[in-house]
Amino acid sequence: MKLELQRLACGYGRQPVLTDVDLTLVGGELVCLLGPNGSGKTALLKTLAGLLPPLGGQVRLDGRPWADWPARERARLLAYVPQAHAPVFSFKVRDVVVMGRTAQWPLWSGPTAADWRAAEAALALVQIEAFADRLYTEISGGERQMTMIARALAQQARFLALDEPASSLDFGNQVRVLQTLRRLVQSGIGVLMATHHPEHALRCATRVAIVRDGRLHRAGPPEEVITAASLEAVYRVPFVVSDISAGQLKPIRVCAPQLD
Amino acid sequence: MDTRIDTSSAASVPAAPSASAAWRRLWCATLRPRTIVLVVALLASALVSLRFGAHPLSWPDLLQLWFPSAAASATTDRATVIALLWEIRLPRILAALAVGAGLSVAGASYQGLFRNSLVSPDILGASSGAALGAALGLLLSLSIVGIQALAFVCGLGAVTLTYLLSRTVGGGHFTLRLVLTGMVVSSLFMAGISVVKTLADPYSKLPAITFWLMGSLSSVTRADVLLLAVPLVLGTAMLLALRWPLNAMALGDEEARALGVPTGLVRFLVLVSATLVTSATVAVGGVIGWVGLMVPHVVRFWVGPNHRELLPTSALLGAVFLLWADNLARWMFAVEFPLGVVTCACGVPVFLFMLRRSQRSWAA
Repeated sequence: MKLELQRLACGYGRQPVLTDVDLTLVGGELVCLLGPNGSGKTALLKTLAGLLPPLGGQVRLDGRPWADWPARERARLLAYVPQAHAPVFSFKVRDVVVMGRTAQWPLWSGPTAADWRAAEAALALVQIEAFADRLYTEISGGERQMTMIARALAQQARFLALDEPASSLDFGNQVRVLQTLRRLVQSGIGVLMATHHPEHALRCATRVAIVRDGRLHRAGPPEEVITAASLEAVYRVPFVVSDISAGQLKPIRVCAPQLD
Repeated sequence: MDTRIDTSSAASVPAAPSASAAWRRLWCATLRPRTIVLVVALLASALVSLRFGAHPLSWPDLLQLWFPSAAASATTDRATVIALLWEIRLPRILAALAVGAGLSVAGASYQGLFRNSLVSPDILGASSGAALGAALGLLLSLSIVGIQALAFVCGLGAVTLTYLLSRTVGGGHFTLRLVLTGMVVSSLFMAGISVVKTLADPYSKLPAITFWLMGSLSSVTRADVLLLAVPLVLGTAMLLALRWPLNAMALGDEEARALGVPTGLVRFLVLVSATLVTSATVAVGGVIGWVGLMVPHVVRFWVGPNHRELLPTSALLGAVFLLWADNLARWMFAVEFPLGVVTCACGVPVFLFMLRRSQRSWAA
């Protein structure tokens, strides 16, 4: 399946924050969206999730306009992972994850045994079975983020749109999330992920898209796009980008900001 | 490591017919210890409520209905007992159970929908609308059925007005607008009630209106129970059916939409159902406050926020609570005491306790 963004404009209200975005996402691909704060990354993801109307251009899935797909069908095809937040009510983690299956059952019904099994599998995949029975309000921000990702996996969508999924995670959990995403991509899922870590893009992205000044500035393979010059243009601080050798493995590219 | 989540194993298990699986799930849910405890408490409360009242009956009086041998030690003859139970006590007990269950389920649904556990079922003006209708009916000396019909229609009208106004007034989040316009419409109808009270004859009509506004089940008849049953069963069944979409919406509107929930439709159905239930209860029993706010809150502490458990448990606990509140109203004094005063007297300490608890959790 192919998700195409054609001259897409998106934003909140009537004024677009991002215009003329042309981007194609297919299964088996992980596209990282890099850009400074307020550059419209979240607006783009929300537009894809159907939470914001496109302010111009369009989104197509397999040639058919995204808006023509019924909302339930869209939820089965694309899972949206928002930034972690504190909810009002103290649901169990397991209940939050099974809600990812909502589009699978009729409005007046509830989860079946198969839905609960899918939730268990998703919990196991991100390795959070240990706190499946804890309350969502009483776990840490990082654990909530893992729960959100588990819920998206339970949704079994073909595409994932993730808004900074690793932003509130410790170092180990960041790596675990990236590994999980990479495995999902290898199994044929298409992932679009906004991130503030160029490192994450270098580790797991198949393509990187840089947005700044209201436009899609550049898109391509991470090694080509992530250079000292492009990072300096995005974040307006000096960067060092270097390839370091890692034994028999192919060299790893790293980037780090320079402090004066 | 295999990363695809496999649900095909569900297909390889010899699949039970889905209808029987659904019944089995329902059965398992019914057999939870707390459900059994609540059902037993409800039946026992109903039995005790049947016996005691202005005309006290003895246990043999009740037993003779089923066992003629008990008639020997009975103090009231069988025909009188049947008339007393059938015409007065049973309708009143059923009405108390139904009103308690209905207000609690409506309150729990509203709290989930608005993501605020301090919301009550009359937040959109259903109670004040229905109360104005009832007060008008009393002022115009309508029959009891006329009064109830007017209360019901005005309750629905008030919530419709709230809904339409909140759609036309721009700006802000829709839920916030809905609650604020609900307060405005509510106070408008309250002003209307004050006008009606000013116009009412202070000797014959004003006391009746005042008593209605304080809530009471003292004049409930069998016809009232039937009148109450239809909207109550319809509304409650709809709310119970929407338990999972309500769960998703309790997480947040955007998240629910991203999960494929038609949030506009669910919000509309919940508002209509809860309004139907609330208006029906006000039409039969007057304004009975605090039940729909307090019971769901207590139940959420007990069973958690999942509406799958929250709604049925609220219904059972609300029914038992209101039956005992009504019993107190019947038994405490020689004369009938307003039911709304009893529920308020129970509600205020519980509310203060809730406030203390939430302050502690804010501080943490």
